[in-house]
Amino acid sequence: MPERRINIHDTRNLKRGKVDKKFVFKNLLRYLKPFAPILALVFLANILGTLLNLAGPRICGMAIDEIHLDGTTDFKKIGVYAIILCITYLISAGLEYLSAIGMAYISRGTVKKMRSEVFSHLTRLPVSYFDERQAGDIISVLSYDIDTVGESLANDVMIVLKSVVLIIGSLVMMLTLAPLLVLVFAVTVPCSVFMTRFIVKRVQPLFRKRSAKLGELNGYVEEITTGQKTTRAYNCEQKIIGDFEEKNREAVDAYARAEYFGTISGPCVNLLNNVSLTLVSVFGALMFMNGQVTTGQISSFVLYSRKFSGPINEIANIMGEFQSAIAAAERVFRVLDEKPEPADPEGAKELENVKGEVEIEHLNFGYIPQKPIIKDFSLKVERGQVIAIVGHTGAGKTTIINLLMRFYDADSGTIKIDGKDVRELTRASVRRAFTMVLQDTWLFAGTVAENIAYGNGNVTREETERVCRAAKIHSFIARLPQGYDTVLNENAVNISKGQKQLLTIARAMLLDSPMLILDEATSNVDTRTEQIIQEAMGELMKGRTCFVIAHRLSTIKHADNILVMRDGNVVEQGTHEKLMAAGGYYSELYYSQFETA
Amino acid sequence: MTKTLAYLKPYRGAVAWGLILKFLGSVAELFLPLLLEYIINEAVPAADMNRVLICGGIMLVFAFIALFGNIFANRLSVTSSGGMTHDLRYDLFSKTCYLSSSQVDRLGVPSLISRLTSDSYYVNQMVARTLRLGVRAPILILGGIILAFTRDWALALVLLACVPLVGIIIFIITKKSVPLYFGVQKKQDDMVRDMQENVTGVRVVKALTKEEYESEKFDGLVKELAAREFKANKIMSLSNPLATLVLNLGLVAVIVTGALRGNLPGTVLAFLQYFVIILNAMIALTKIFVVISRGSASAGRIESVLREDTSEKILDISDEKNGYKIEFSNVSFSYNGVGDNLKDIDFALKEGETLGIIGATGSGKSTLVNLLMRFYDAGGGNIRIDGRDVRAYKNDELRKKFGVAFQNDFLMASTVRENVDYGRGLSDEEIEKALKAAQAEEFVQTLEGGVDYNLAQKANNLSGGQKQRLLIARALAASPEILILDDSSSALDYATDAAFRKALAKDYPDCTKIIVAQRISSIKNADLILVLDDGRVIGKGRHEELMRDCDEYKLIYAAQMGGEKDARAQD
Repeated sequence: MPERRINIHDTRNLKRGKVDKKFVFKNLLRYLKPFAPILALVFLANILGTLLNLAGPRICGMAIDEIHLDGTTDFKKIGVYAIILCITYLISAGLEYLSAIGMAYISRGTVKKMRSEVFSHLTRLPVSYFDERQAGDIISVLSYDIDTVGESLANDVMIVLKSVVLIIGSLVMMLTLAPLLVLVFAVTVPCSVFMTRFIVKRVQPLFRKRSAKLGELNGYVEEITTGQKTTRAYNCEQKIIGDFEEKNREAVDAYARAEYFGTISGPCVNLLNNVSLTLVSVFGALMFMNGQVTTGQISSFVLYSRKFSGPINEIANIMGEFQSAIAAAERVFRVLDEKPEPADPEGAKELENVKGEVEIEHLNFGYIPQKPIIKDFSLKVERGQVIAIVGHTGAGKTTIINLLMRFYDADSGTIKIDGKDVRELTRASVRRAFTMVLQDTWLFAGTVAENIAYGNGNVTREETERVCRAAKIHSFIARLPQGYDTVLNENAVNISKGQKQLLTIARAMLLDSPMLILDEATSNVDTRTEQIIQEAMGELMKGRTCFVIAHRLSTIKHADNILVMRDGNVVEQGTHEKLMAAGGYYSELYYSQFETA
Repeated sequence: MTKTLAYLKPYRGAVAWGLILKFLGSVAELFLPLLLEYIINEAVPAADMNRVLICGGIMLVFAFIALFGNIFANRLSVTSSGGMTHDLRYDLFSKTCYLSSSQVDRLGVPSLISRLTSDSYYVNQMVARTLRLGVRAPILILGGIILAFTRDWALALVLLACVPLVGIIIFIITKKSVPLYFGVQKKQDDMVRDMQENVTGVRVVKALTKEEYESEKFDGLVKELAAREFKANKIMSLSNPLATLVLNLGLVAVIVTGALRGNLPGTVLAFLQYFVIILNAMIALTKIFVVISRGSASAGRIESVLREDTSEKILDISDEKNGYKIEFSNVSFSYNGVGDNLKDIDFALKEGETLGIIGATGSGKSTLVNLLMRFYDAGGGNIRIDGRDVRAYKNDELRKKFGVAFQNDFLMASTVRENVDYGRGLSDEEIEKALKAAQAEEFVQTLEGGVDYNLAQKANNLSGGQKQRLLIARALAASPEILILDDSSSALDYATDAAFRKALAKDYPDCTKIIVAQRISSIKNADLILVLDDGRVIGKGRHEELMRDCDEYKLIYAAQMGGEKDARAQD
């Protein structure tokens, strides 16, 4: 049987603060509402099935009563009881199955809707949301957390409902059978509840510690195994093994402690069950001798007592699962609570027939409001000009691009395209006016042709081939096993970094936007491919306004304007000759690059 | 599996005691229904108060025996399985540390990681669960059946008939649903991959305003996943109601049979109890089968690593003193034995000299380094350091000579100091000197706590350039005889790169350097430059010589330094 998908590496639950339960349930209700009629039916089926199941022991007891110690057994009556029992159990099983798949249906539907909504909300969030978080964290909300909520809905809700019905039902049955005998449970049930709570309370921190220690160990193993060669190169295997030993010991100890205390509850619950069985037998026997009960009634009572004590512990166990499901749900709803990119202002115009003139006036910007990095920056770009952005790694070259593309909005000052303030235009149309070719090439799982057309269904194969020829990647594609229909994924095709870059250039050519944002790559591509990329980029740049994060001297020297960035700010701008003549930071940069040490 | 189980040997005392206690506890529980039967069938009709109370007392004693037997047995099983996992994981990790590079290549890093993490976890789970429940369940089933037969053979046969029936039901359902869950898993992988693409490519998606397109695509995946999950759920949900149904129908059969055979009510009741005990044990047993089958697969994967031979192979090759620090003569090598990854590599380097290696991706640059450090053994030819073949050195003796920063090398989630020291016990002065030469001192000082600053996992709180500078510092810190930088200055900007090269020449003059790079400016001052192409040397000499003789080198130069001549002219 497949077990509930658990993530043994997940340690996020460890540092959870207080969960806002009201917030969670309010949101959860919104999802369950459309399923209200089915939910009601499922509940009904579940309650009915459980009640029928409960009737079983009673009928059993009645049948046993017909077995007489003196041998005058009424077989006919027993036969009737047997048939009734069979029918009861059949219907009960059928209802149980129906409610199980009904609940599965509801939980799948909820999960589906939740995933769609969270995803489409994510697409509306500003880029800063993704910049500030780890990709893994966002993904685990969408996959693991939503799964946890779904599993809890499918299993835990039904178990709790069933348990409650069983507890109340068997209690009522036992009361009708022998009210005095029920007093036995007045002793054992509080004991059992108290004990389970005590154990859970003791065990929970142990389990948290266990996950934390296991997470630590796993992290260490991943680190060291990945860098195994380094360990050997530095001859420090013994030291590393020593460090590991410490973590291993801690993890095993934490595991054993949690496991040990976790397994105590089973035998303890069994003990209490056995004690109640003993007490019921003894007191039942006494009552029988006083003529207060029949043997059949004692039998029924014993069977009910089993049904009674089981669910109490089940509920106690499930509370832990519930808590992690609620914490998971909270993380999901927090994502939905994130503010999306502000909507375009009322009457925002579409940017059309773009010429490609950009004007930036007195721009100020900082990723954190208290820390402005771009200060009073102005720039005028004519149609078809090439603007080179230069500076050290981390000097803030991508900031300019973030602002042009409106991934971030400036704190003050204006950016105008063709004389129109971008804030009065729709975001989509501003973004469409640019094409980006970045260093981290982005391809998705799909065919080569799909990757080039990217969601644009009405691109013909001829057009695709045309841009691929222009991007000098056509012959490579043609040599692939299925040509343009070859599916790109991690394992199937060996496609180099340089070829990926060419594919993104082809994609950019197909878009044919009037303005271009380019990030020249330097490292990790071999020389011949680099040359081809350079040619393809040159082809792409023809006749467009270009913003280039430049690494190549030739690009920089032929640029119409160079923006020199330092510590996030634009410190100098002008042509190569002008900047060299000025002898400022740019000339320093320039000489250091080509200096002979 | 046997090799894994042998790890239980040191704990055999605890295991044996655990099993005995478990046995006692389980048997004690089995006797309870028997006593109940005696009360109802014998003591009650005889209206014998004493016997009822005595039986009640015995039941209580048995209940407590069961409690303590089980708790102590669990404790023993947890300590022995934990201890065994500890030992197994320790050996596995030590083995992993000493694996040769070709062994690592063959086994795969992700696979090695999962063997150390999830596989060892599954083995632990298997042993712990088996010791705890795997013994208890058969005892309960067997004991229950035996006791049942001593009471009434016909009722016992009814009982016996139900056991395989439940087994078959669970088996069929599991068999049907497993492929369905595989399908679910696959869709789930698709979905996660799609999310990954979207999160990492958020700028592209937004730039092309494809938000809606992506949402729709994702909706399709989610829908498909939900449909597959529901299909699997429909089959899986059958198991519980069906098993309960069989149990309940069995109860009815017991009552009817009991009545027909004129059994006493107490006996029937005892049988009903056995029924519940046996069927619960059955369900526990099927769960354990899953754990065992997964655990034994894991044990197999772990054992295959433990079986790897990691003994050092020191060859008896005579020295050839000729004054060179490093010498490659006619070296050839192939990773897979099919095509050559390196062929006829021939060069020599004196102490303190610098070797630059340049060439396209896959041309064999890193392979050359791997052979020099003897991560792999050359297929042909000799590699000598100080006149001795690298295969004639003891591993630690050989590697002590090097300081190395690999391509995409790793930093630990630990302090800057510990990362530079890397377990070698270096002095503060040595670390400081190395940080300074690697141009890392300045940024390290701005970190909170300086050298005591804690790096995040994979050093995610540092930039690419900062990481590389720490790696270089680590390579330099022990003042190695030979420094190897395998494409590990690519994220440095030109100015930093130049400053680093200056400091290196000044502070570590005796160190022989091997610099693998994509950028000509990093190697153009080397005493010897090798231009590699497809595993062969196609250019060898100083920068000026290569600019004259080597077309490929000229090509690279033109691509990277295009226009530099004009720059010179302006100087």
